[in-house]
Amino acid sequence: MKFGMWKRTWAMIVKEFIQLRRDRMSLGLMIFIPLLQLILFGYAINMNPHHLPTAVFARDHGTYARTFLSAMKATRYFDIVREVHSDEEIDELILSGKIQFAVEIPENFSRDLARGQRPQMLVIADATDPATIGGPISALRVLAGTALARDMAGPLRGGQGSQAPFELVVHQRYNPEEITSLNIVPGLLGTILTLTMVVFTALAVTRETERGTMENLLSMPIRPVEVMMGKIVPYILIGAVQFALILGAAHLLFNVPVTGSLLLLVALSTLFIVANLSIGYTFSTVARNQLQAVQMAIMFFLPSLLLSGFLFPFRGMPEWAQYIGSVLPLTHFTRIVRGIMLKGATFGDMVQEVVALGLFTLAALGVAVTRFRRTLD
Amino acid sequence: MSPTMAADENEFVIDAEGLTKSFGNRTVVRDLTIRVRRGRIFGFLGANGSGKTTTIRMLAGLLRPDAGRGTCLGYDITTQTEMLKRHVGYMTQHFSLYTDLSIRQNLEFVARVHELPHPRRQARAAIERLGLAGREDQLAGALSGGWKQRLALSACILPGPELLLLDEPTAGVDPKARRDFWNNIHDLAAEGMTVLVSTHYMDEAERCHELAYLSAGQILTRGTAQEVIENSHLTTWTVSGPDLSELAKRIKTLPGIESVTPFGTTLHVSGTDAARIEKSISGLLDGPQKWERAEVTLEDVFIHMMGVAGDGEA
Ligand SMILES: Nc1ncnc2c1ncn2[C@@H]1O[C@H](COP(=O)(O)OP(=O)(O)OP(=O)(O)O)[C@@H](O)[C@H]1O
Ligand SMILES: [Mg+2]
Repeated sequence: MKFGMWKRTWAMIVKEFIQLRRDRMSLGLMIFIPLLQLILFGYAINMNPHHLPTAVFARDHGTYARTFLSAMKATRYFDIVREVHSDEEIDELILSGKIQFAVEIPENFSRDLARGQRPQMLVIADATDPATIGGPISALRVLAGTALARDMAGPLRGGQGSQAPFELVVHQRYNPEEITSLNIVPGLLGTILTLTMVVFTALAVTRETERGTMENLLSMPIRPVEVMMGKIVPYILIGAVQFALILGAAHLLFNVPVTGSLLLLVALSTLFIVANLSIGYTFSTVARNQLQAVQMAIMFFLPSLLLSGFLFPFRGMPEWAQYIGSVLPLTHFTRIVRGIMLKGATFGDMVQEVVALGLFTLAALGVAVTRFRRTLD
Repeated sequence: MSPTMAADENEFVIDAEGLTKSFGNRTVVRDLTIRVRRGRIFGFLGANGSGKTTTIRMLAGLLRPDAGRGTCLGYDITTQTEMLKRHVGYMTQHFSLYTDLSIRQNLEFVARVHELPHPRRQARAAIERLGLAGREDQLAGALSGGWKQRLALSACILPGPELLLLDEPTAGVDPKARRDFWNNIHDLAAEGMTVLVSTHYMDEAERCHELAYLSAGQILTRGTAQEVIENSHLTTWTVSGPDLSELAKRIKTLPGIESVTPFGTTLHVSGTDAARIEKSISGLLDGPQKWERAEVTLEDVFIHMMGVAGDGEA
């Protein structure tokens, strides 16, 4: 019986491949659309988010340090979510994407400040998404000059309009030159895969219904799971081709590096492709005709595009939008791609995203198999 | 192996009763009972929209009856559809193979889904039986209508089913191919295959072991061709000679005459009350036309029934 299942699934896969190969137009679109989008969107997009998660490594707890921190909060750019006690902790938090900024207040900050020795304050920023950190960093620079003005009355006060009482050192990690295309291109990889994968599988079942071939398919001893696998597998390959094309073009046109493991990127991209194929297939079993299926695909694609953190910084969105965003595969994939390509993140740093993608896929496949109509009713 | 293989010739391969199916609030098949023995060819007739396809789909496990129960080859048509689909060959009324696959690819797909050994070889053999050798790489969608039907039938027979449900399998097929098809069906039946076939052709109806005439989702009459004719109690006269269309108009309304149908150069005049017809036409027998008492044909019976039951739409 188990063996029979593979035979039938294989029959379905072969059939889908032949049909796919014969549909030259769609095949062409699957290759050209990604390249076109890559070139079109490869340049620039900007935004100004607030409430970015920030960790503080306070090696001094004097008044000036406290004043500066509350002034930082008052800008609404920073949410101090962590108190850390070592540089290693900061490194780990930034790498896994849990924080956007880390502020390190040096030992004897207040004392040195009082003595007018211009102590250095270190700010570390995750610059993979330059659009996110531009605003906060400018705000910090202004703050350096003004935040302590009231506390430092009298002799301590620097001359009006003179330099700040302490030096703000900003370290940008991962993308220090703030090259937007470095950020856009990895995001685009996910967007393009979402669009094509969801649309093409969304048509999978409705096409059979509309062409009347469903009646014959249903009258044969093939199970819904087998039909589903047969329709999904060929597109994994199409997805792989798109992936290779986009990555190759991104490397050639924009010099986007792959800092982390290419193998890991390939593996997780495959997971992402399967997640999208699953949701597309689910639409396909719900929709009554091809037009409805395409509409559903677009209804899914738009929030993916807008709420995943690709187009607008994720942390700049209101909370409810972030909740929706965290259900969407593209959100997690954007983090995975940025993580691996720009930060050199490892599997360990991505576990959360991988679990999210896996759960999403399983849920979608479950719905699809139960929704698949076994009769013509 | 199906549980019915060892059973005797008299058990019912199709055994359904009380089948009822509605779409929205329209009942399309109503309390329909059908039994077909092994090795029999059962003809399913009825006007367009009378519910033939709907009934066949229920028997193939593709539609759930709203009421009633049934088995095909001993498998329940609502709960054992998986086994049903393995052993029943269903040929749809409209071509439902893949038009963007070649003839060979379609047959190979069917063979693979049915887990036949050597799908390629089986497909090649089927192509040779069809007489399509040399054209096997042509797209199925590019075949002419009749050839599509023949391909669909051979795809349906390929997995070696024990029961065939054929929905108008010869629509659009030329007379020679139709004869070949029916000879083939009779050979298969002789080997123990059971066949339920819907058709609008009278010559085909006559080649069935048993017939059922469906109207508005109900079986109006059933039996062998001979029984159907006898049960109709119909009398038919044929008229030949000049001015037949003039005559047809004149006699249509006479008492006892229920249908007047032109057949080439003759008119068929039928009714169920032989005495009243004779009385009505007695004055015309000496006219310029030649009147003859004729054998009642199946066609007379069905045209008569369509007239009585309306167009058959449920
Ligand atoms: N899926 C459906 N939804 C709604 N109505 C349907 C559906 N399928 C069939 N019908 C209706 O049921 C009635 C019977 O249809 P069916 O196809 O069974 O007729 P048929 O005897 O096969 O006719 P034909 O000789 O034209 O093939 C028709 O009036 C048709 O409109
Ligand atoms: Mg029909």
